[in-house]
Amino acid sequence: MKIFEENRLKTIFHSPEKKVSIYFTAGYPALIDTVQILKLLAESKVDFVEIGIPFSDSVMDGEVILDSHKVALENGMTIEILFDQLEKIREQVSIPIVLMGSMNPVYQYGFEKFCRRCNEVGVNGLLLPDLPLDDYENYYRVWYQQNDLAPIFMISPQTNDERIKRIDMLGEGFLYALSGNSTTGGSSEIGKSSDYLKKLLNHKFINPVVLGFNIKTKADIKFANQFADGAIVGSAFVKTLKGGFDKERIVHFLEDLIE
Amino acid sequence: MNYQIDENGFYGPYGGAYVPEVLFSNIENLGESYQAVLNDPGFQKELSRLLKLYVGRETPLYPSPYLSGLYQTNVFLKREDLCHSGSHKINNTLGQVLIAKRLGKTRIVAETGAGSHGVATAMACALLKLPCFIYMGEVDIKRQFPNVERMRLLGATVVPALSGSKTLKDATNEAFRDWINNPVDTFYVIGSVVGPHPYPDMVAQLQSVISREILRQVPDLTGKVMPDHVVACVGGGSNAAGSFYHFLNSPEVKLIAAEAAGKGLDSGFTAAATFRGKEGILHGSKTKFMQTKEGQVLEAHSISAGLDYPGIGPLHAWLHDTGRAQFIAVTDDEALDAGLALSEMEGIIPAIESAHALAALSHLDFKPDDVVVVCLSGRGDKDLETYIQYSNFKKTSHENI
Repeated sequence: MKIFEENRLKTIFHSPEKKVSIYFTAGYPALIDTVQILKLLAESKVDFVEIGIPFSDSVMDGEVILDSHKVALENGMTIEILFDQLEKIREQVSIPIVLMGSMNPVYQYGFEKFCRRCNEVGVNGLLLPDLPLDDYENYYRVWYQQNDLAPIFMISPQTNDERIKRIDMLGEGFLYALSGNSTTGGSSEIGKSSDYLKKLLNHKFINPVVLGFNIKTKADIKFANQFADGAIVGSAFVKTLKGGFDKERIVHFLEDLIE
Repeated sequence: MNYQIDENGFYGPYGGAYVPEVLFSNIENLGESYQAVLNDPGFQKELSRLLKLYVGRETPLYPSPYLSGLYQTNVFLKREDLCHSGSHKINNTLGQVLIAKRLGKTRIVAETGAGSHGVATAMACALLKLPCFIYMGEVDIKRQFPNVERMRLLGATVVPALSGSKTLKDATNEAFRDWINNPVDTFYVIGSVVGPHPYPDMVAQLQSVISREILRQVPDLTGKVMPDHVVACVGGGSNAAGSFYHFLNSPEVKLIAAEAAGKGLDSGFTAAATFRGKEGILHGSKTKFMQTKEGQVLEAHSISAGLDYPGIGPLHAWLHDTGRAQFIAVTDDEALDAGLALSEMEGIIPAIESAHALAALSHLDFKPDDVVVVCLSGRGDKDLETYIQYSNFKKTSHENI
């Protein structure tokens, strides 16, 4: 346990600059690409990454990310392989890593073992969108704490004020605020729920707030930063990976995206 | 033993609500209000009126001379196949669409496998004047095309589910995704005792009209207070939950659930979740379903599209673990044989789903004075092509011998 060293994910939010995060799916487009993509992102201006654990039946995801999950599973990606990949590369990259995915694969792997391996391979945060807050408090929190793993939770335009308060109390690292009511990569305009976005701006949060879903361009990031401490780009990035790992294309995408 | 949900929506370790945050307020709101709506005399009056005059309830409990003779006991068929729409599914859809209206929802989504739940939802929506969108796997659209046309005729929009295996589980995923994108105005009418709390309990209560009627009919017909066996097929498990409901706390009534073994339990083409599944989290609840050791959901196989689902509802997972219900795995061929036999011997063509319950009888031992109730959950009109093919195949094989 790293008792004296603060979780890297929390450390980066000490500076006032807005943060940018990139989501990509482990094992996509090829099984080994997790490592190359992570290296490339660590060398870029991206502040932290989210790595998706592929699941056959992810209800939160839209077409682009669903397709990446399907391909990753066909490539043979598993949690075990992902941990091995991260373990080998972690010495070389210091960028904070958040793992994101559906509950069931983690549940089958064994929640305690999963959290322990996260710590061993240098994962800093965990976001499971279908993990109920009650289950987190009653069963799993202790393993997050023992392994210095920041629990990341989502809030949405549907989340009432009382619940936002509870989520903010339980969450660490940052709060993942959905830009609207949608699955990932939706076509809806961000900024449609302007009352909600204003609420994000005016609410006094304990945690930094990062906006995600449907954020595709530099302009979207700029818009998100009016209301939040940062933005996450997922589907738009995964789209650039389609057809195979292409360093130039990825670098170009990131240069276009980040100031 | 308690077979009802606890205050958190669990049957023992199974159930709960594992949903993304966007859906949380919908689920919470429904969880807080559904029991009050179900208990409201105005709601009950409206639903009872529709069940009687629109659906045609109560359905007969028909003593089957053929099956009684075959098994040397007293077999009764609970004729849910005589419900308007052709199956028990409409008991649930009318109730849920009425609840949706009470909650001020203006749009309905639903999933369907064989199309029975889709048709029943489309009928309820036509009657109660709500637009509806039915998600159906692309594979199922092809193999159940008459039901697709029926839904369209009833004014529903049928949306092909193109992800995954393009069958019922994927239609369910797509319906959830629609709901995530439209959480404010939309109500999701789930067709079985699956999904996040309160759906499993809400659907079980809406289907419990089946066991309420059985409880009234058995004494009239037999002089016994209770049946000795109640047999029903289980995909997700809504007709079984409805048939078992009023007998859950009467241990003298044996509850038998017939699961689809597909081509056999060890064939790799099965849908028998209690035999080949394990505990996990799927479609918003903790329950038993077939999955890889890494937790990826496996495709189910059954000749019957309505049982072609990798999991079962949390109530059934609990009935299995506690031993309250006995689970029997019935193969495609056993079900088809039982369905064809009932057609020839009694003039009733059962849905292939229901034929699994009929076939389960041959796995059981009965006493001569036992009262055995089998839920005939649906009619077989939608399955004619499958029955005819199988029947011709058998005739040809027989001639060749």
